[in-house]
Amino acid sequence: MITLSHVDKQYRDHHALNDVSVQFPEHETTVILGPSGAGKSTLLRAINLLERPQAGELTIGDLHLNFADNLTSKQILKMRRQTAMVFQSWNLFPNLTILENITEGPIYVLKQSKEAAETRAHELLKQVGLDDVANRYPNQLSGGQQQRISICRALALDTDFILFDEPTSALDPELEAQILRILQDLAERGHSMIVVTHNMEFARKAADRIVFVEDGQIEFAGTSKEFFEEPTQRIKDFLAAMKL
Amino acid sequence: MWDIIKSSTPEILWAGIKYTIPIAVISFIIGLVIAIITALIKTSQPRGNAVTKSLWRIVKAFFAFYVWLFRSTPLIVQLFIVFYGLPSIGLQLNAWTAGIWTFSLNTGAYASETIRASISSIPTSQWEAAYSIGMTYRQVLFKIILPQAFRVAIPPLSNSFISLVKDTSLASTITIADMFLVSQQIASHNYQPMLMYSIVAVVYAIFCSILTILQYFMEKRLSRYIQAEGE
Repeated sequence: MITLSHVDKQYRDHHALNDVSVQFPEHETTVILGPSGAGKSTLLRAINLLERPQAGELTIGDLHLNFADNLTSKQILKMRRQTAMVFQSWNLFPNLTILENITEGPIYVLKQSKEAAETRAHELLKQVGLDDVANRYPNQLSGGQQQRISICRALALDTDFILFDEPTSALDPELEAQILRILQDLAERGHSMIVVTHNMEFARKAADRIVFVEDGQIEFAGTSKEFFEEPTQRIKDFLAAMKL
Repeated sequence: MWDIIKSSTPEILWAGIKYTIPIAVISFIIGLVIAIITALIKTSQPRGNAVTKSLWRIVKAFFAFYVWLFRSTPLIVQLFIVFYGLPSIGLQLNAWTAGIWTFSLNTGAYASETIRASISSIPTSQWEAAYSIGMTYRQVLFKIILPQAFRVAIPPLSNSFISLVKDTSLASTITIADMFLVSQQIASHNYQPMLMYSIVAVVYAIFCSILTILQYFMEKRLSRYIQAEGE
């Protein structure tokens, strides 16, 4: 379980997160929805401390920290290692081969042996249908392929939770469907996932829970069923606006 | 004339192998280490409590002062201060040591700016991706950021190295018998300045051409990952 409580993040002239409290249960897929600039990504990035809120608390499993404290790099590291992240523009390491991109974390962070890490990497690559590119460099692959690799990179860390920050926003519809299918498959296999996306179809199909964010506040947090079947007026407006 | 070329060139080349090349190579390596340390300190964010923060600011200010000092004064003046000046305040260095340190510090000051710029040319998304994997600052820096930054830094660093090779001719002014001093000495004996200085110029040009070729291969090797399919 990931718990954020009373989280506050203020940029110079923008209140990105305003007293946000929300929970993300294990073995469920939570989709974070909301209009652009609502604070969805900030919320997600607070969980692995890429974003540092000024106030509030974060609990992952039995680890706990207060954002207002002077956090040591050790505390931050420990918290970060509870999750893995997939980024909008995949952010693979261009100087490393595909295989090295995936094994870097397992070898240097989890201290696995090179052989074990590589065996696992090949398994993951097979799962996403890309085992033949193991020795190439990221720039030799298409965006869709790179995103599949970055999902492998996250999975290789074997964390309880995987965070997805708009994983398909930079892809065309065909490739988007491909990535979402992989995500759906992961969801069905019981991975704990938190996904920021604009894709309503995915939310409808794959989400167990929905968190709806607006103006830095949680408008709704509950099951997907509640969200789509008993929407509040604001959610109705949002859903209507998402349709063509 | 041919006889003069044949008899003096080996002497000049020998001075190059004994002084010019070692001074340039050693100074560049030390300079590069200084440059990396300086760049990292200058780009770092002060952390921890108030005391460590202000201590860190003092360290940063010191390195900023060092870079400013060595970029704002002529190399020959720096050499003279270190070799002729420091003994009067009790710090006696032999010509070799004085030369190496001055060239290293001078190169370090310039190269630190090159490295600082090349580190900041790597997008923050690379830091974030590496942090999200759970890497420590040091792992991110040495495994992800610096390897990419070095590719960017190779052309300007090669510039610095080539300049340094030629600048070592200033070592002659602090009594080091490098290629240039040897050619001066020969010229003063055989009264053939045009010929002697042309020979030494050609030898410098050959050394620098070799470096340019090395740069080409290094760039090619470090850039292998950015080449697209089929190139």
